[in-house]
Amino acid sequence: MTATATDLPRLIALMTGDDKHQAAAESTVDVLWVLYDRVLDITPENFHDPGRDRFLLSKGHGPMAYYAILAAKGFLDEDELAGWAGARSRLGHHPDRKRAPGVEISSGSLGHGLPLALGTALGLRARGHTSKVVTLVGDAELDEGSNSEAIVVAARLGLGNLTTVVVDNQSSTHGWPGGIARRFEVEGWATRTVSGRDHEALYEAFTTAHPDRPLAVVAVVEPKG
Amino acid sequence: MNMRETFLATTEEIVDNDPDVAVVLADISAAQLAGAARRHPDRVINVGIREQLLVSTGAGLALAGLRPIVHTFSAFLVERAFEQIKLDLVHQDVGAVLVSYGASYDMPAEGRTHQSPGDVALIDSLPCWYVHVPGHPDEARRLLLDSVPGDSRVYVRLSADQNAEPHLGVGWQRIRTGGNGVVLAVGPMLDRVLAATEGLDVTVLYASTIRPFDAAGLRAAITDATDAADVVLVEPYLTGTSAYHVSDALRHLPHRLLSLGTLRDSEVRTYGTRADHDLAHGLDTGSIALSLKDFLRP
Repeated sequence: MTATATDLPRLIALMTGDDKHQAAAESTVDVLWVLYDRVLDITPENFHDPGRDRFLLSKGHGPMAYYAILAAKGFLDEDELAGWAGARSRLGHHPDRKRAPGVEISSGSLGHGLPLALGTALGLRARGHTSKVVTLVGDAELDEGSNSEAIVVAARLGLGNLTTVVVDNQSSTHGWPGGIARRFEVEGWATRTVSGRDHEALYEAFTTAHPDRPLAVVAVVEPKG
Repeated sequence: MNMRETFLATTEEIVDNDPDVAVVLADISAAQLAGAARRHPDRVINVGIREQLLVSTGAGLALAGLRPIVHTFSAFLVERAFEQIKLDLVHQDVGAVLVSYGASYDMPAEGRTHQSPGDVALIDSLPCWYVHVPGHPDEARRLLLDSVPGDSRVYVRLSADQNAEPHLGVGWQRIRTGGNGVVLAVGPMLDRVLAATEGLDVTVLYASTIRPFDAAGLRAAITDATDAADVVLVEPYLTGTSAYHVSDALRHLPHRLLSLGTLRDSEVRTYGTRADHDLAHGLDTGSIALSLKDFLRP
């Protein structure tokens, strides 16, 4: 079957029992769909190719949308989704790269995906690959200082193969006066701020040319309820 | 050359010759590797004073198929960035060669901030690590060269202290044979253990690789060299870090164990020299000799 975006609510609904992270799951679904459907070249067939594009889900909590898209794109059988987080399931509340097919990093503790993506982007560049590295973080996740370390260095090292998408549901405790994109801009990133629900706007943002510097896409969604 | 200089020279050789290797630094030692960085800008990377990023960058390079050598002072590498070691290396199941300099108190005048007596214990709380504690620059070079092939997780603990001679064997190496107990000396502790046991009828074993722990080598030494299982473990870091391994290796046999290492119950707040700190921790030759006299049966 060829899944479409309209299948995602049904796939997400197969996973239940994590009310706490419902908002986190649904905040990312459109971003993830656009990335996997139109931007990144990541398939079950090329997943072990050293030159494949990389998607690193840093905000690992509430991964239902992520699992739904992995199912829609053929990494997972949708029959697996209902049993998620059970003792027999490969799919937990935080993804494990050693267990779930298609998962590039194990995440859950915040502030690891962007620094790992920076190292991966450096490694792919050293290997001569032109593939893209995209990591997804939340606006509250930017509270972690490890992200600040990476934001500075990624631009100074000219990592044009790196994209950070910040899903902004305004859940950071102290917020970001002046805006999230501004934080990236002052360090030398190209930035775009778009609706995290508008597929065309997301696609255009992700495909913005940003030679020799990394790209930050701030995807604004409804405030966390 | 001391251990740190030997490490830097060897690393430069490695990165010049092996396109799979990348070196990640956080300012420490960056000046010494500036030539290598100019020759290999994509593979010798200084992230500045950012130790979380230091470890994560190494892990990301490993995810992209490179073999990272990650280096800074022990306190900043292991203690400051511990969650990055736990999650970005171990939990992702990727490898790296972490190389620290500073040991427990190589820079005593710098105070507690630059001391890391708990580094091996911290690494030891994680599964599947090689831990090398070289006692001589030649051992450091050999252990580093051995660590680069493959994708294992390796911690190399360089130190300002060193023994007069290298011992390049594997596992527990028998340095001296006796019948009244076994003294285990780890890394830079060997020469002072040899001095402290002068005239004693004891076996002295030496290891520069403490993880994995060579249980079979210890059992062999107990079985054929002594009829009394009295064991003294002398480590240059937190007291008793390897005690559970000794106990486990000898669980078939009644035994007594004395563990010597840095103090667990107080923080040494003096400055001074390494010798002053050896004395404070009871790790100087005289203190080790007194501890042995008190513990070993006549």
